Amino acid sequence: MSVKKGSLNIIRLAHGAGGSLQEELINFITKNIPFKNVNNGVGVEELDDGATIPLKDYEKEIVVTADGHTIYPLFFPGGDLGILSICGTVNDLIMMGAEPLALTSIIIIEEGFKFDKLYKLINSMNLMSEKANIAIIAGDTKVMPRGSLNEIIITTTGIGIKDKNIKVLDSNVKAGDHIILTGSIGDHGTALMASREGLNISTDLKSDISLLLEIYKAIKSEIKNNYIHAMKDPTRGGIAAALNNWAYKSNVSLWIEEEKVPIKKQVIAICDMLGLDPYNIASEGRALLSVSPIHSEIVLEKIKSTTIGKEAKIIGEVRAENPKRVFLKTIVGGTRFVDMPLGEPIPRIC
Amino acid sequence: MIYIDIPGLNVLKSKEFTNKIVKKINQIIKEIGKPLKFMHVCGTHEHTISKYGLRTLLPKEIEILSGPGCPVCICPAADIDRAVELGKRDDTIITTFGDMVRVPATNISLAEIKAKGADIRIVYGPNDAIKIARENPNKEVIFFAIGFETTVPLIGYEIKLGPPSNFSVICAHKLIPAALELLMSQSQLKIDGFISPGHVSTIIGLKPYEIFSQGYRIPNVVSGFEPNDVLLSILMLLRQVRDKKYDTLNEYSRVVKPEGNIRAQKIIEEVFKPVSSPWRGIGRVFDGGLVIREDYQAFDADKKYDIKIGKSQDIPPGCSCHLIMVGKLYPYECKLFRNQCTPINPIGPCMVSMEGTCSIYYKYYSEENS
Repeated sequence: MSVKKGSLNIIRLAHGAGGSLQEELINFITKNIPFKNVNNGVGVEELDDGATIPLKDYEKEIVVTADGHTIYPLFFPGGDLGILSICGTVNDLIMMGAEPLALTSIIIIEEGFKFDKLYKLINSMNLMSEKANIAIIAGDTKVMPRGSLNEIIITTTGIGIKDKNIKVLDSNVKAGDHIILTGSIGDHGTALMASREGLNISTDLKSDISLLLEIYKAIKSEIKNNYIHAMKDPTRGGIAAALNNWAYKSNVSLWIEEEKVPIKKQVIAICDMLGLDPYNIASEGRALLSVSPIHSEIVLEKIKSTTIGKEAKIIGEVRAENPKRVFLKTIVGGTRFVDMPLGEPIPRIC
Repeated sequence: MIYIDIPGLNVLKSKEFTNKIVKKINQIIKEIGKPLKFMHVCGTHEHTISKYGLRTLLPKEIEILSGPGCPVCICPAADIDRAVELGKRDDTIITTFGDMVRVPATNISLAEIKAKGADIRIVYGPNDAIKIARENPNKEVIFFAIGFETTVPLIGYEIKLGPPSNFSVICAHKLIPAALELLMSQSQLKIDGFISPGHVSTIIGLKPYEIFSQGYRIPNVVSGFEPNDVLLSILMLLRQVRDKKYDTLNEYSRVVKPEGNIRAQKIIEEVFKPVSSPWRGIGRVFDGGLVIREDYQAFDADKKYDIKIGKSQDIPPGCSCHLIMVGKLYPYECKLFRNQCTPINPIGPCMVSMEGTCSIYYKYYSEENS
């Protein structure tokens, strides 16, 4: 295994930001894992939202996903770390086309953390798991000396179940498909940035954090019939990272129309001010779907009938030419390329 | 949330209006009947042009060159070397704008000495740096001040206000009109018009540009930053070329006043004086930079400390930033672009800053559309 020298021999914050540096880090960690899948199910090398364990004599398979949750600030407009730790993991199961069944939870706490804060977080977790109708069946708790981590980390593992023949994968996006986005982009990341110290931005913008379960239930039969080829929640790295992932893994090009992408004017204003691209900013309650063109209108209508998918839109289409690229037809009619975001979005100078 | 709706903003991003402007542009370039080169000198203009794909909307006869408009990119390595040298001291906190931390100087960047333990902090403005100075009376707090006329008044204002005695400034400010004049004298460029920067002009007004329209007979339009601002400015330049009437026009009149911001100009005049100054990749520009006047030299880090640096190197071997910054080369014509030089491992300054031409091209242009 090659180890970099000098100043490159350190993990940088950008290695965790969902962009191409993160791919480098994941590859570093996973490339020498000796066994990467079970019974030829989806394994770690696919770098999808989760993995599958096909069981030989059954028509169903188990879907597993894991997510370590940290966030600053712990309590943010529209949510908190507790809500995030349930939604993030449940949503990842759904993005694999699975029905969520159970969660495990590991809570690592810094010495000195206050019980009342912990209570609030646990309460949020319980409320969300009730809403998701999902059991928390096992877990672990550790307390670490002051300074060895920042406040608290919650890691959850999600277990779901799905029919073996359902194939909802990043690598399954097909030329001709229509791309549906279930709501406005960048609300979560922008609300979080605005709430951090030092920026003094006052806004009513809230995180879009939510369970995607309602959408899953609305389109369950389309998932079962394999009309939906891929689903992805655009979290870290925003829709730019999610779409580039699809284009790359499915060897297709994606053509997005900027004027169809729902985006709140507060998000545009704050991102413009900070010099950030909303396409790179995380959502926590949205999904992208790649749907066969014949069924895209039906799927769209079903998503729009849910409380969290009212603003859903078909934002673009999939083509075979120029594979591995994402193109954007801009609001004024020009064309440009949407790149994989590189690292942590930082506000620019002037 | 206080959201200010700027009147007409929708028009500035409306496709119908874009189509009208582009139609006119096509018509006038036919009347002119020869290819033209317009140059902008602002990273934010390049950003607008690239982000909205404006080059793909223009007729092939119109070429939009990207000039030296990124303050981070044109900051000479020697200035960063000085900041690095001071940053190595135990009692010192260096404060500066985000992108500046990553720019490679001659040997090392501020980010690298930070990783080795130096106290380097990113701030949003000089007022934050002064706050740090007040909170750390036992430390020397140095603000590494870069940028064009846009950021100068902020720092001038703080210096005038009387910062604490442990605060000082490495003054690496540059002035835009002087650089434009240098570009004009480089005859091989043959620029047919300038798209001038709206932010800088908000401070300096229109007068400093008159030398170009009146002296060099080159049309000049001060432009805003929405896509139709830039297209409209191109149309305003084309009309001048066609009619052979050369003027300095204000497309960004909703923000820029002809006289500029007089209060800000007075602050600049009072605290700083223009000097001949090196620009990274361009060389020495007459009256192209600022130094702090003697009255305020207590806050001038160069006077306060005896900073010794070695011979500096602005452009690393193989890097074409010096040609890209003056519009002589497009980023994809550089051998290092997308190969050894990427935003993760930038070799030249234009790849570091988000305002840098190479960084913008990396993000928005694929082989297919460049």
